[in-house]
Amino acid sequence: MTDFLQLVFSGFATGSIYALAALGFTLLWQASGTINFAQGEFVMLPAFMMLAFGAAGLPLPLAFIATCVVAVGVLGWAFKRGIADPLLKHGLMPIVVATIGLAIAARNGIRAGYSAEAHPFPGLFADKLFNVFGVTVTLADVGTLVLALLLVLGTQAFLNKTVTGRAMQAVAQNTESATVLGINVPRMIFYTFAINALLACAAALLITPTYLAKFDMGEGLGNKAFFAAIIGGFNNSRGALLGGILVGVCENLAAAYISPAYKDAVALVIFMAVILFKPQGLLGKKVERKV
Amino acid sequence: MPIIRRTLIGAACAVALTLPMLAQAQAIKIAGLYELSGAGASAGTMFKNGVDLAVKEINAAGGILGKKIEHSIADTQTNPGVAKGQAAKAIDDGAFAVFGPVFSGSIMVSMAETQRAEVPNFTGGEAAAITQKGNPYIFRTSFTQTTAMPKVAKYIATGLKAKTVAVMFVNNDFGKGGRDAITKALEANGVKVVADISTDSGQVDFSAPVLKAKNAGADALFVYTNEEESARALRELRKQGFTKPVVGETTLTGQKVIDLAGEAANGATAHVGLTVDAPNPLMLKFKAKFYQETKTIADHNGIKGYTGVYVLKAAIEKAGKLDRKAVAQAMKGLSVSAAKQPGVLLDVSFDDKGDLDRESFLVEVKDGKQVVKEVLPPLSRK
Repeated sequence: MTDFLQLVFSGFATGSIYALAALGFTLLWQASGTINFAQGEFVMLPAFMMLAFGAAGLPLPLAFIATCVVAVGVLGWAFKRGIADPLLKHGLMPIVVATIGLAIAARNGIRAGYSAEAHPFPGLFADKLFNVFGVTVTLADVGTLVLALLLVLGTQAFLNKTVTGRAMQAVAQNTESATVLGINVPRMIFYTFAINALLACAAALLITPTYLAKFDMGEGLGNKAFFAAIIGGFNNSRGALLGGILVGVCENLAAAYISPAYKDAVALVIFMAVILFKPQGLLGKKVERKV
Repeated sequence: MPIIRRTLIGAACAVALTLPMLAQAQAIKIAGLYELSGAGASAGTMFKNGVDLAVKEINAAGGILGKKIEHSIADTQTNPGVAKGQAAKAIDDGAFAVFGPVFSGSIMVSMAETQRAEVPNFTGGEAAAITQKGNPYIFRTSFTQTTAMPKVAKYIATGLKAKTVAVMFVNNDFGKGGRDAITKALEANGVKVVADISTDSGQVDFSAPVLKAKNAGADALFVYTNEEESARALRELRKQGFTKPVVGETTLTGQKVIDLAGEAANGATAHVGLTVDAPNPLMLKFKAKFYQETKTIADHNGIKGYTGVYVLKAAIEKAGKLDRKAVAQAMKGLSVSAAKQPGVLLDVSFDDKGDLDRESFLVEVKDGKQVVKEVLPPLSRK
């Protein structure tokens, strides 16, 4: 039983990071209809930015803040203006292809600059162990889980409780009505892109000590976050949290009780099951479209 | 007169044009097939840097038999299929010798090409099966698992006095070969393997395998995975509060693993064929030169690449001519002493299968550094 709990708990920590990346997927989709297949690379790039700032002498917290500023500019503003805005006019397909291309370019760019080797990344939390009912829990796992949950719930609260958040939701639900109501639509969409960039920075900070900073670290992460977002419901931000944690925990259990070789297939299997029986996702709402 | 002048100018131009071609024809072409991306990037990059450094030194000192070395580099992407294709291309390009790939899974596939073309091939792969296929053109730059594992098993049985061991290995040719060799060697030493834990190449989360290792309740854990995975395993072992001795063979205490695992690497012990921390002035000099060139500390793969080129140099000098067959023949039973050929760093001898023998070390990681606990003599000297 303790083994089971141990696996479930460490699955929660990994799953909460999938949830952060998955939340980015759902936010961008809701606000602007963008599907960003470079989401994994959006986590990888801040990890290397933090390494670069760290190498320049900044301590980790300052490196993180500096990375957030750069990320909002590059992964938020520049991504929106340079790729999302011009391509969205032509439908969804061009943007999907463009973000896949962007992912390849980001991976190879980092590989050219930083080599294909893995780089160590400083941990945010000290090496501390606790023993709760026979389950060994580390400060890093608890910290990751708590921080990730706070970020997801904080984003939720921001969207639901603040004027700006509600305006963003209004834009997501009906752009034309929002414009009529006097909401600055482009600005609200930019806010979404900025939040996505910040979530990616936080995910990078939490996950890189384990994943190690490597040019292809975002590949698996991006895929799993995408599956997690669909499992939870692509049009529901809370769904991202549920989907992420579900994937993280099931992966860990499959690795222990079936075989580590099947671990990466778990997300895909749940994804297929959900698509078959509840296509809108576990928490998603059915959306009807007029033709 | 103008005709003579024109002829002279024409002749001069022709000579000028053919000069680079002549220089090229005289160079000794070494084709490097390395894992520069994918799961083997750490190992491949180190090996390549080692070869680069040796080539630079040898060229600066006048080359081999008066000819410079030309080193071409190709990335196998840690993919055996890609490695095989690149081996074929290297042969088409007229390579005199091939270095790499480093991963056992890749060399097992690519060496068919070099064998067919009768091109000497130096590999960093350690799987026992590589030299058991009767290929006369394959030569190791490190121990085979069947040489190394008995030394590890002996340490576990007599040094640690362990009665039971859990074995964690990576599910590829390298890992499976090592698992088989260590299991056999442990049994021969009266130690029982109580858990057989398979992990994946490129695995990120080690919580499940470490949990299995903890639950096995063995006296010691033997970890045999590639560099990045070793670092992740060590981190997870520390995370879950694993207190039993953790033993490995070569990779576990490599410098790259120590860099990546940080404090979690402290306390791990391993048998290593090569380490820059060996109490040996030539090795220390190499460590400094390697650091100066690459700003990284060489691990065993860096030493393997570096010494491999010097072994080739010794073999060519023994053969006395640039003939692939003669060089491969010269490698059989070749003994190179570090006193005569300092680039090999440690006295080394080859058998007729391409396996090598030299002294080795038992190391422990202390404060983020490999510390040599014991120097083990070459097998032939025992």
